[in-house]
Amino acid sequence: MIETFDPLKGEMLMILHPDGRCEEKLKPDLTDETVQTLYRRMVFIRLADQRALALQRQGRLGTYAPVHGQEAAQVGSAYALGEKDWVFPSFREMGVCTMRGVPLKDIYLYWMGNEMGQKVPENVHVFPISIPVGSHPLHAVGAAWAAKLRGEKICMVTYFGDGGTSEGDFHEAMNFAGVFQTPTLFFCQNNQYAISVPRKIQTAAKTLAQKAIAYGFHGVQVDGNDLFAVYAATKEAREKALSGGGPTMIEAVTFRFGPHTTADDPTKYRTDAEVDEWKPRDPLLRTQRYLKKKGLWSEEIEKEIKEEAEAEITQAVEDAEGFPPPKPGEFFQYTFAELTPNLKEQMDDFLAFLKEKGN
Amino acid sequence: MAKRNMVEAINAGLMEEMEKDPAVMIIGEDVGKEGGVFRVTDGLQAKFGLERAVDTPLAESGIVGVALGLAINGFKPVAELQFMGFLPPALDQILNHISRIRNRSRGRYTCPMVIRMPYGGGIHAPEHHSESMESILAHIPGIKVVIPSTPYDAKGLIVAAIRDPDPILFLEPKRVYRAIKEEVPEDNYTVPIGEAKVLREGGDVTVICWGAMVREALRAVEMAAEEGINAEVIDLRAVSPMDDNTYLESVRKTARVVIVHEAPKTCGLGAEIIARVNEKALLSLEAPVERVTGYDTTFPLTKMEQDYLPSPERILRGIRKVMAF
Ligand SMILES: Cc1ncc(C[n+]2csc(CCOP(=O)(O)OP(=O)(O)O)c2C)c(N)n1
Repeated sequence: MIETFDPLKGEMLMILHPDGRCEEKLKPDLTDETVQTLYRRMVFIRLADQRALALQRQGRLGTYAPVHGQEAAQVGSAYALGEKDWVFPSFREMGVCTMRGVPLKDIYLYWMGNEMGQKVPENVHVFPISIPVGSHPLHAVGAAWAAKLRGEKICMVTYFGDGGTSEGDFHEAMNFAGVFQTPTLFFCQNNQYAISVPRKIQTAAKTLAQKAIAYGFHGVQVDGNDLFAVYAATKEAREKALSGGGPTMIEAVTFRFGPHTTADDPTKYRTDAEVDEWKPRDPLLRTQRYLKKKGLWSEEIEKEIKEEAEAEITQAVEDAEGFPPPKPGEFFQYTFAELTPNLKEQMDDFLAFLKEKGN
Repeated sequence: MAKRNMVEAINAGLMEEMEKDPAVMIIGEDVGKEGGVFRVTDGLQAKFGLERAVDTPLAESGIVGVALGLAINGFKPVAELQFMGFLPPALDQILNHISRIRNRSRGRYTCPMVIRMPYGGGIHAPEHHSESMESILAHIPGIKVVIPSTPYDAKGLIVAAIRDPDPILFLEPKRVYRAIKEEVPEDNYTVPIGEAKVLREGGDVTVICWGAMVREALRAVEMAAEEGINAEVIDLRAVSPMDDNTYLESVRKTARVVIVHEAPKTCGLGAEIIARVNEKALLSLEAPVERVTGYDTTFPLTKMEQDYLPSPERILRGIRKVMAF
């Protein structure tokens, strides 16, 4: 189905309209119960995001890049993946990461400045988030290539932003994926801005999705605030990858409602009017309207969902803040499999210094 | 004269040079409307227009690669890299083209340009936002590496860098950006590139430092003074070319040296300075030279950042060690 949407013609997949109306013919096979669950996850992510911002303001967490506005793009795509698929995220993917089994506690811990937050549980296939923009799609391609060579029936998904598509590494990743027909999914969240720089300064092309065409595979634009469209496109691209059909690029067209990070002041570069224009397209509202039409949403249900989410979030904060601080000199330990003599000398000297200081 | 911090001082230097010379042009990520994430280019687009303070696509290799093209064809680009952690994609262009073009074309083509970037730790930043890679740059022939430690020097050095005939890597210690204010003249002045500065005179030990480590060293030296140790402090201000004479003269006087840098110890610039001291003043030394540096590890996140960075206490320990030898 996604192949029928041509980015060069400006065709974008949308299934769930902003008013909650649904294109029944295109609707993916999600039960109402599943939609309810996914809605819960979106609410959870939004609240967990808000909590991170609050913690940052209180000095309990460092710089943080909020998801606000991109919940459907993250939940819809992450839910479409198989258990064994891998994810290579960038720094704004708290939603994807929690969906894929990374404990929220770990994510908070990481942004609180503890590397242990990036040590994901053994059974979770999520690579540490990548801060150098556009650099990590290559890793997803390599891992997907390996999966293909080893005959593993999985796909590798990499998440990046509109800004990421300008980096050379991104283009090399797309090219390798095309040449080696790797089971890679390039999931771009076009949230309209790379910090202050609007999407139109990243490329003169009309869409980001059309970049895939030059690399010999399909790219599709989907309404990134439409849970159903994101899910349907990701699922189909994944199935294609697993059946040997090679890579796909999905451009989820969305909007970052919040600041770039807690260190950013978006009023410097965009107007309130622009933000207001996107508000009716809020991914949570849209899903909520759909559920309401089905009689599956009410203020009461919403309240209950929020309370449940807040409790889970509070627990995650407690766990992160209660996590034991790193042992002195811990940062020496992970440079190599074994401490080299030189590093050992440096570590011993550091520990001796601490001792002299009296701690 | 107004008191300015380093951000304002560099901004003033850029503003003055753009006013004087229409060939000066700012390019980089978020340098326009946003004025840079640290606001160093604040107001430049408003004043000089979209064509002289230009937001580019998010691509460091692209930014410095096109800067070369601009430079060989009449412009004086001042390119900003958002953080030194994002210098690596641009290294290919710097190492393989920008630094070599004068040599390769036997002077027919030259590359007068500045590549600015905030560097160093100490601001509780995320991963890849705290690196100090000056020794990697200083290892490249054909580029100069300038590092101011005060607002006054920052303005004079950025002006000098823009007027220099060769490519300059301009490293701004972001921890100092807003930490100090000092008198910065309104008029246009330069600080010569490649001249170190003696910040404090003393006869017992020479402390050599640059960037954000200057303040830490000065604090350490205050503490040392209380113990009766009289240290001389030298701010290199440029690590390539390095002003050997200034520190060698000091070493010949004090006979003891402590070098402080934030970058990892191994192959850090401390090693180069020791080699030069050995070559030119070995017989003046009365103690092995001490290095107080970052460690040979990835720069840690905030919980362990203070353990990694050379602190006044750690520098004092180095001073005591060379004194006790
Ligand atoms: C290689 C590199 N250059 C610069 C930065 C600084 N930086 C962090 S996020 C960002 C913008 C990223 O925009 P986009 O890729 O659209 O993702 P978004 O932040 O909008 O999710 C920039 C310039 C970086 N992290 N990595």
